[in-house]
Amino acid sequence: MANVSMAQFHQVFFEESLEGLDNMETALLALDEGGDKELVHTIFRAAHSIKGGAATFGFPEMSAFTHEAESLLDELRDGRRPIDKPIIELLLRSVDCLRGMFARAQAGQPLNDEAAEALRGELAAAMGREAATEVKARRSGDHADAWVIRFRPHPGMAASGNDPLRLMRELKALGEMKVTAELDKLPALDKLEPGECHIGWTIELRGQTKRDAIKSVFDWVEDECDLSIEPLHVVAPPAAAEAPKAAVADVATARAAREGAPAASAESSSVRVSIDKIDSMIDLVGELVITQSMLDQFRENFDIAKLAMLQEGLTQLARHTRELQESVMGIRMLPIGSVFNRFPRLVRDLSSKLGKNVRLDMHGEHTELDKTVLEKIGDPLVHLVRNAIDHGLEMPDKRRAAGKVEQGTLRLEAFHRGGSIVVEVADDGAGLNREAIVAKAVQRGLISSGEGMSDEAVAELIFQPGFSTAAVTTDLSGRGVGMDVVRRNVADLGGSVTIRSTPGKGSVFTIVLPLTLAIIDGLSAAVGEESYIVPLVSIVESVQLKPDAIRSVAGGGELFRFRGEYLPVIRLHEVFGCAGAVKKIEDGLMIVVEGDGSRVGLFVDGLNGQQQAVVKSLEANYRRVQGVSGATILADGSVALIVDIAGLVRLQSRRKAA
Amino acid sequence: MSDAASHDAPTSQYLTLNLAQEEYGVDILAVREIRGWTPVTRIPQAPPYVLGVLNLRGAIVPVIDMRLRFGLQREEYTPNTVTVIVAVGGRNFGVVVDAVSDVLDVKTSELRPVPDMGTTVDTEYLKGLTAVEDRMVLLLDVDKLLQPQDAQMLEAALPPAAEVKAVA
Repeated sequence: MANVSMAQFHQVFFEESLEGLDNMETALLALDEGGDKELVHTIFRAAHSIKGGAATFGFPEMSAFTHEAESLLDELRDGRRPIDKPIIELLLRSVDCLRGMFARAQAGQPLNDEAAEALRGELAAAMGREAATEVKARRSGDHADAWVIRFRPHPGMAASGNDPLRLMRELKALGEMKVTAELDKLPALDKLEPGECHIGWTIELRGQTKRDAIKSVFDWVEDECDLSIEPLHVVAPPAAAEAPKAAVADVATARAAREGAPAASAESSSVRVSIDKIDSMIDLVGELVITQSMLDQFRENFDIAKLAMLQEGLTQLARHTRELQESVMGIRMLPIGSVFNRFPRLVRDLSSKLGKNVRLDMHGEHTELDKTVLEKIGDPLVHLVRNAIDHGLEMPDKRRAAGKVEQGTLRLEAFHRGGSIVVEVADDGAGLNREAIVAKAVQRGLISSGEGMSDEAVAELIFQPGFSTAAVTTDLSGRGVGMDVVRRNVADLGGSVTIRSTPGKGSVFTIVLPLTLAIIDGLSAAVGEESYIVPLVSIVESVQLKPDAIRSVAGGGELFRFRGEYLPVIRLHEVFGCAGAVKKIEDGLMIVVEGDGSRVGLFVDGLNGQQQAVVKSLEANYRRVQGVSGATILADGSVALIVDIAGLVRLQSRRKAA
Repeated sequence: MSDAASHDAPTSQYLTLNLAQEEYGVDILAVREIRGWTPVTRIPQAPPYVLGVLNLRGAIVPVIDMRLRFGLQREEYTPNTVTVIVAVGGRNFGVVVDAVSDVLDVKTSELRPVPDMGTTVDTEYLKGLTAVEDRMVLLLDVDKLLQPQDAQMLEAALPPAAEVKAVA
């Protein structure tokens, strides 16, 4: 039934339904906290649309499952059943189960598994009914070579736009039909309402047809008719004969799914954009077209007197292009709330599993991030949150003994800082256990002893691959994959992870991410015969210094005084080995830049001006270069390298150490 | 050295390059394009034979000088100097050579192993040699040009950003 034309809508259905499930979950959690009854309606609506969609798109298992959940919700909505913890727990598990079904549906696997079947039973049992009898009965007669269909539309069916004749035509496509009309409900002529349906039909359908195929014909009118579909002669294939066939079919679908996997597994490829953003883009394109036609005039008959107009036109063109670019980039920006949404549930489940009392405090859900970054930041954050609950926060009695409130607090916060997005995961737990980390690192042969190591250096050890101090491996964390993966994932996005920990007070993990990956604003800096792009966001100020402003310190370093503090000097030509660069401090320019939280002075010959740089990867064809974050193509077609301030600082300190 | 006999095609075509009076062949299937020498943008911390990067229709492509790669004297670039863009393992890079001359059909059976001496180029980068009339053509193993051991060592010596920070 899921034919090609249907398949193209599946993706949309999946996306909408998963969103619906998220909403259900959020609302359920809010209910758990003693939220409004209005929330039940929200949950009900979400469940109802999933059920409807699932039936329409040919996922009867899913729609049957949702139907049970919906019935339960209906009772909650009418107040026939009190909303209590076990019910919410059950519904939350149903949400998980549906997520599983969606994942299997996307992979083209059979939807039902034992867990789903069991949960469906539980749902039914919660409503005091026998479990899933209907499905079992239906199972027994899924194949038949002839069917008897009794179809009696409710009087109002035609009013909803459904035409019995159309249904008949669809049925006819399935096989040979013998139709008998049942006229027993037909009213007397003077009482007949021509718009109403009064006739029922008994249809004998011959041909190898599945029950589902027949049922799908009636998908749209299910609620508006009395329908029964019974096999006329049940083909009773020996159960053993059918099972292998089903298995073969499963293998085939699984293989098909695997072959289709590249397309399907590519992360969800659509973005929802607010209509405002699109409207403003359309306006901008309109202006751009006007500017273009204005410029077009000059091509026909240009004389020098019109030069001023031409210049003005070009300025406008530049402005509109830039605005349009910003607005297009804006489409990729989505609020981080969509990632944060999963955490209330996660925290609730984890803390109840571990017997800990945790309050989740979330801020800055509206902070916008590039979609690519957003998609990939979820997993690292989950790791950090799990770690914080599992390792960071203590058990209530320990907290009491330490003189803290029993309820631990986990803070999740996102905000802008400069040109970056900062995401912090902070807990008020025990902090890092220095001794345990050192002991583990010595055991793993990472260090020989912890003596003389700063707390920061010890903290950095947890980012080593395979490092875990958990004595017992739980299914939560402690498998030794985690922090190194977190760091690598974040580094892949051009960001960094740092940790601040105070024993007894808690730990703060800080993830710093770039706002967007594709385009940066930069200043072009000349060094000798070369020019480099310095990202505008890292530039604090640029100053011309007098020779006596520079102090040399032992070990070859140089410092200069800037607004009351001494900053180290990085001479770009030395680090990058550029020929013919300015060496005297008074002839060049000192750019004060900030990277990784520290400020340095970057000494260059001069600045050429501001420009936008489309970031291109060096790694695609070459490899990563220290101190360079990428390359860009200049207006004349040549390549310029983009300076990575944080990398440069590291490079400089290694040079000095060497 | 790769085994010449493992080529299952009876003949393969090679683009011949001139370098210090010797003739080298590059598998033509690896050649993306041939372009005149244009100045490149130097990259820091690169081995000397990596001249820099150029813009190949929006992609950033490294360029290596074949003479420097093989430890020869660097020559002034002339109008004959060309950059051959080759694609190996999904990566593109440019190779600067003195000139390109010809396309050769080489029968697999005519491929000879390289004697381990007498050539300017380290035999490691050669996968065979062949005779065309009275000329000898050395067939290059392009896979190894940009990713030879020393470049790998360089890569290994460069710890990933994250770990450097741990030290800093």
